[in-house]
Amino acid sequence: MSSSSSTAAGNFAAALEASGHYPLHARSLSTLQVNLGKLCNQVCKHCHVDAGPQRTGAHENMSGEGAALVLDVLEKGVFTTLDLTGGAPELNPNFIRLVKGAVQLGIKVIDRCNLSVLFEPGQDGLAQVLVEHRVEVVASLPFYTQSRTDAQRGKGVFDKSIEGLKLLCGLGYGQDGSGLILNLVYNPGGAYLPAPQAELEAEYGKHLLADHGIRFNQLFSLTNLPVKRFLDYLQRSGNEEAYREKLLAAFNPLAVDGLMCRDLISVAPDGSLYDCDFNQMLELPLTGARHLRDLLETNALAGRQIVTAAHCFGCTAGAGSSCGGEIVSELVL
Amino acid sequence: MADYYRDEDLKDFGSIAKGQPELYAKFMDWYSDAVAGPGALTQREKALIALAVAHVLMCPYCIDSFTSKCLEAGADLEQMTEAVHVAAGLKAGACLVHAVQMKRKHDSLSM
Repeated sequence: MSSSSSTAAGNFAAALEASGHYPLHARSLSTLQVNLGKLCNQVCKHCHVDAGPQRTGAHENMSGEGAALVLDVLEKGVFTTLDLTGGAPELNPNFIRLVKGAVQLGIKVIDRCNLSVLFEPGQDGLAQVLVEHRVEVVASLPFYTQSRTDAQRGKGVFDKSIEGLKLLCGLGYGQDGSGLILNLVYNPGGAYLPAPQAELEAEYGKHLLADHGIRFNQLFSLTNLPVKRFLDYLQRSGNEEAYREKLLAAFNPLAVDGLMCRDLISVAPDGSLYDCDFNQMLELPLTGARHLRDLLETNALAGRQIVTAAHCFGCTAGAGSSCGGEIVSELVL
Repeated sequence: MADYYRDEDLKDFGSIAKGQPELYAKFMDWYSDAVAGPGALTQREKALIALAVAHVLMCPYCIDSFTSKCLEAGADLEQMTEAVHVAAGLKAGACLVHAVQMKRKHDSLSM
């Protein structure tokens, strides 16, 4: 970690303490979020994983043995949700096995999908698998216009994303009464905070329906955290200091209660454990257990102290940010 | 003074309360409600109006601030540029419409 983030890390603990939230403890073990690997068919400019088509290394992507261990842990019945992320989690050969195994155990499955992966070679039956297992799809779509989306996610991604959304909607996703949940994710396209979720959701709904006939359930408005590729961008563009100051100034104590790390354990491709996907990328391991196999032995992690650092200001800025979007509607400005 | 407009000035806005704290407080109460408070307009609509006015005023502070506000309210470059064109159109139109006055004076002085 850089010296600037170490300094700010102290400030996050101080901010928690000043608002009566220090030390921050986990509340439950409801979600097991598994990062299946860094392999992705896209190279997004804001990616905190630094994922891409070249990330094919065995140590960077979960093995069959690792996937089996995930299912063993789920079989214990502690976790109620399996949240699959990456990279593009679907490109991992164990993706479908995990989906089927978890659903057989009665566990809800979330797929954090980049949409364009639906049209990658070998993924022909993917959408049908998602439907059959009633997987909740959380799909990235940084904006409802082509120029803004392609600027962030790469040329041609918007058109493929719209094609993917049409495919999913055609199979019942996002349609009233289908029970097939399709949520979209908005990320700012630069060094600024995300727009208010409710306003943006209304705009997305209006434009996507009018322009493409697409319906969805919810829009999640997420803050970009200064980690990996987004941090590189901040540093290259000379925006790091101002962005960190912006996150710090927007600290909202009301967002602390709903932070995703309080109900989640993040698993890396090699089975190591973290409080969240961002901590995973920063190699800040969870306290109390080191590896997925430890979860077979203990349930004692629910009350663990969460490891925090400078980047955590990203999840407490403004209305807050979690894997489920905004945390609170009340802002402290 | 080396220069008149500096980035840091925006952060120092609150320092002008020193001379007249009550007037500053009254202004900020009203300003916050009118410009950023909830109302019949969305945050994005308010930010786009403010950005357009900022250009008419040619205020670098306001352009800096409301460019960020527009982005954080979910506007994109296309919408922001269009808002500035609306402002520029109004400004040019306001200039041109005064030509009616010029013409009236012209006509009154001409045979």
